[in-house]
Amino acid sequence: MPLSASEPYDLAVIGAGSAGLAGAVAGSELGLSVALLDTSAQTGGQFYRAPAPTLGAVRPEALHHDWSAYTDLRRRLARSDVRHLPGHHVWSVTKGDEEGVGGGAGDGLWAVHAVTGADGSGERPVRVRARAVLLATGAYERQLPFPGWMLPGVVGAGGAQAMLKSGLVLPGRHVVVAGSGPLLLAVASSLAAAGARVPAVVEASGYLRYARYPRALATNPHKAAEALIHGAALLRHRVRVRVRSAVTEVHGTDRVEAVTVTRLDRDWRPVRGTGRRIACDALAVGHGLVPQIELATALGCATRPLSDGTRALALDGLQETSVRGLWAAGETGGVGGAQLARLEGELAAVTVAARVLGRPAHGGRVRELRRRRDRMRAFADAMAAVHAPGRGWPRWLTDDTDVCRCEEVTAGRIREAIEDLGARDARSVKLLTRAGMGWCQGRMCGSAVACLATRGHTAEPPAERRPFATPVPLSALAALDGPAAPLATEPGGPADEPGGRTTTASGPDASPGDG
Amino acid sequence: MLTRNSADVIVVGAGVVGAACAYYAARSGLRVAVLDRGSVAGGTTGAGEGNLLVSDKEPGPELELSKVSAELWRKLSEELPPDIEYEPKGGLVVASDEAGMAALRDFASGQRRAGVTAQEVPADRLRELEPHLAAGLAGGFHYPQDAQVMPALAAAHLLRAGGDRVRLRLGEEVTGLLTGASGEIRGVRTAVGELHAPYVVNAAGTWGGEIARLAHVALPVRPRRGFVLVTEPLPRVVRRKVYAADYVADVASGSAALQTSAVVEGTPAGPVLIGASRERVGYDRTLSPEALRRLAAQATALFPVLAGIRAMRTYIGFRPYLPDHLPAIGPDPRVPGLLHACGHEGAGIGLAPATGLAIARSLTGGEPPLDIAPFRPERFSPAA
Repeated sequence: MPLSASEPYDLAVIGAGSAGLAGAVAGSELGLSVALLDTSAQTGGQFYRAPAPTLGAVRPEALHHDWSAYTDLRRRLARSDVRHLPGHHVWSVTKGDEEGVGGGAGDGLWAVHAVTGADGSGERPVRVRARAVLLATGAYERQLPFPGWMLPGVVGAGGAQAMLKSGLVLPGRHVVVAGSGPLLLAVASSLAAAGARVPAVVEASGYLRYARYPRALATNPHKAAEALIHGAALLRHRVRVRVRSAVTEVHGTDRVEAVTVTRLDRDWRPVRGTGRRIACDALAVGHGLVPQIELATALGCATRPLSDGTRALALDGLQETSVRGLWAAGETGGVGGAQLARLEGELAAVTVAARVLGRPAHGGRVRELRRRRDRMRAFADAMAAVHAPGRGWPRWLTDDTDVCRCEEVTAGRIREAIEDLGARDARSVKLLTRAGMGWCQGRMCGSAVACLATRGHTAEPPAERRPFATPVPLSALAALDGPAAPLATEPGGPADEPGGRTTTASGPDASPGDG
Repeated sequence: MLTRNSADVIVVGAGVVGAACAYYAARSGLRVAVLDRGSVAGGTTGAGEGNLLVSDKEPGPELELSKVSAELWRKLSEELPPDIEYEPKGGLVVASDEAGMAALRDFASGQRRAGVTAQEVPADRLRELEPHLAAGLAGGFHYPQDAQVMPALAAAHLLRAGGDRVRLRLGEEVTGLLTGASGEIRGVRTAVGELHAPYVVNAAGTWGGEIARLAHVALPVRPRRGFVLVTEPLPRVVRRKVYAADYVADVASGSAALQTSAVVEGTPAGPVLIGASRERVGYDRTLSPEALRRLAAQATALFPVLAGIRAMRTYIGFRPYLPDHLPAIGPDPRVPGLLHACGHEGAGIGLAPATGLAIARSLTGGEPPLDIAPFRPERFSPAA
C-alpha cells in the first residue's frame, strides 16, 4: 500500500481549509506526525481559494480579507513535517482491523480511504492509517429551488465567489445576488469590486433580526466590522439591498434575462402582488451553508440540529465527536467562518496531542482557545437563527418546478409521494421518487426535500448515512487491501473464506443508536 | 363496522410484506389498518434490490412459495401502475469452471423437477444473453422466471391499490397488544392510543421478534446485514440478473462469516446494482471495506466493462431471518388472533404476494394458495 513508510500517522487531517491547516500545523508543532489530505491541488479550502498559478494573479489577497492569517499558516506548513496529500478524495473513514492486526478486537487505528486524481477518477486507491482523525471537511452551499433555477446563468453564490477567486471569472455582467446569509454581502461586494454590476442584493431575512442576539453581537465586534466593510463597499458601488424578499422566478429562454423579486412575509411566504422584475444576465443565489459531515455520520457520530434547519456534528468542549478518537473543527461543527475554524483546528490539535502523546495539554492555552471559541460559536449560532429559512418558502414552488435536478423530480411528484404514497422523511421521498439519487447524491436538493417531507417541521436526524463521501471507481474499490484470500466466484468458495475477520468490525465505537 | 379506532385486521409493518397482506385482505373485503413506526418501505424493503428469484432456491417450501409469488407478481404487474418497474428480465447464473458448471447442472435438474424453467447456456452462447460478460466462463443457466420490481414503489402501490379499505397510520409505533379474557387478540396499543381489531398481523420484518414478544411468544427473528453497491447511471450494459454460482451456496448457508457473490443487474433508472454481502453482525451499520471490495471485485470479474464505472453510494440493509432460513407465515396457535408474516430474509420482495395471499385466506377461512405448514410460526418453541 502506498505511504506505508511513514504509517501509521498520529493524526490524519481531512481537509486543508482554515480548520484543517490550523490543526495540521499546530499538531505537527506539538510533535505529532501528521498527514493532511485534501481534494484540491492547493491548500486554503473554500475561503482562501487562490487563483491557479497559471493565471499569474499578482494580488490574490485583493479578493480576500484576513489573507495574512492564511499566509502565516501556509508558511508554517512549509516549515513543518506535515505530509501534505493534495488531490486526495476521501470517500470513507473506517476504524478497526482491516489488516487483522492484533486479532478480533482490532488494532484501534483509523483508516482513511481516498482515491487520487483531479476529479477522483484516478485509478489509485490510497489508504492512510492514523491514531486520530481530524475532520475539517467544511461546508457546501444550500440551495432552495424556485421556478427557473435550472436556467443557465443561475449560479450558486458561493460558486460565484469561488469562480472569481480561483478563475478570476465573473458569472455575468449584471448579477443579482439572492438568498439568505452573510455570504451574500461578501459575494456582492467581491463581484462589484471585480467590475460586475449588481442590480440588487435580495436577502430573505431581515438584518434587524440580529438585534435579538445583543450579547453575541457585543462580544464579536469584528463581525460587525466585517458587515460594515461589506456595507460600505456596496454603498460605494450603489448596490441596493432588498431585505425580506426573494427571487421567486427566473425569466429567460436560453439563459437568464431577468428575475422576479417578491416581498416575503415573516414565514417567507411570497406576498401577492409585490413581484418586481429586475433585468440581469446572471443570478448568484445561496441559502447559507450546510456542514459537510457524511464521513462522520457514516461512523455514527452524533449530530445536533442548528436553528437554520441544517445539522452539525455534536462536539464536546475539546472538539471531539461522540466517536472516540475522531475530532472535528470548523464548519463541520456549525458554520462560523474562517477565524473560528482556525481556532477550533488548533484546539483539536492540542487535545489530540495530549491524548496521543500521553502528556497533559498546556492549560492556559486550552482555556484561552476555548474562551474565544465559545464566544464565536455563540455568534455563529445567532447567525444560523437569523437566516433560517421560513416555513413558507415552498409556496414559491409550482408543481412543475424541478426540485432534484439530477433526476428531474418535480415538487409535484414529491408532494404526491408524501400525500399519497406514504413518504414521511427525506429517505422515503427519495425511495419513492428518486429525488437525491443522482450524481450529487442529494447535496443540492437534500435540504429542500427534507423540508418538504417534514412539511416545515424541525430538521430530521440524518436517517440515512451516506457511506461514500465521493463517487469511487469500482476498480479502486476492488483494489482495496484485503485479506490475501483468493477471490471466490465458484460454488463452495465463500463459506471457506479464512477467518471471517470482517464480521468483527463492530468495535466499541461503532454506531450507537441504530434503528 | 369500521370506526376511527377499529378495523377488521391490523397489519403491523408497512414494508412490502405488510403491504401485500393489506392488499389481499382488502381485496377479500376486510377493513385493514396498517401501522408503521416509520414510513412506507422504511426498513428492509427500502434497502432491497427487488429480486423476484426462483433461480437461487433449492427444491422445498421456499421454492414453492416463490413459484406462487412469481405468478402473483406477474398478475400484480397488470393491476398496479407501471411505476413499480416490474421487469420479467430473467436471471443468468454463471460458473467460472467445469466443476462449478457441474454443480449448477445438478442444482438445476432438481429445480426442473420442482417445476422451474432452467435452460443450460453453453459458454459460447453466454454473450448472446449478456454481451458484456467476461471471457473464459464455463457456461451458465438461464432462468426466465426471475424478475425484478422497484421494492419501495411496489409496497407503496400495493397499499394504494387496497383502496378505501386500507388505512395507513405512519409514524405510529405499536407499544403493546390488547388481549381479551382468554388471551385472544383485541387490538394494539400505540403511542397515540388504542386501535381495536380481532386480528393482528405481525409483518414487522427485522423487528418481528419484538412484536411477538409483546404477545409473550418467542419468534427468533435476527438481522443479517447486507451491502449493496450502486453505480452511476449507465445505458443498459447488464440485461438480466447475473450472478456467480456461489450465491446459491450462500443463501442456504448458516455460516456467520462474510459471504459475498455479486448479483449484478441494471435498473430502468440507469444505475447498476451490485449485491449483496451477507453478515451476521447485529444492527451494526459500520461500513465494511472488505465487503465492498469483494462486491466490486466480483462484479468487475463478471463484467470487466464496469471497472471504470464509479460507485455512487452503497446502502445497508438488515434481512430478517429465522434459524431455519424459512419465514414465519400464518396464525400463531399460542395467541388466538395473532398471525405472523415475517422472517423472509433476503427474499421478502419476491415472497410477499404469496405470503399476503396466504394471510388473507387464513383471515377469511379460505384455502391457502399453498401448504404453509412448513412456515408454522410456533415451530421454534420447545413445545412444538
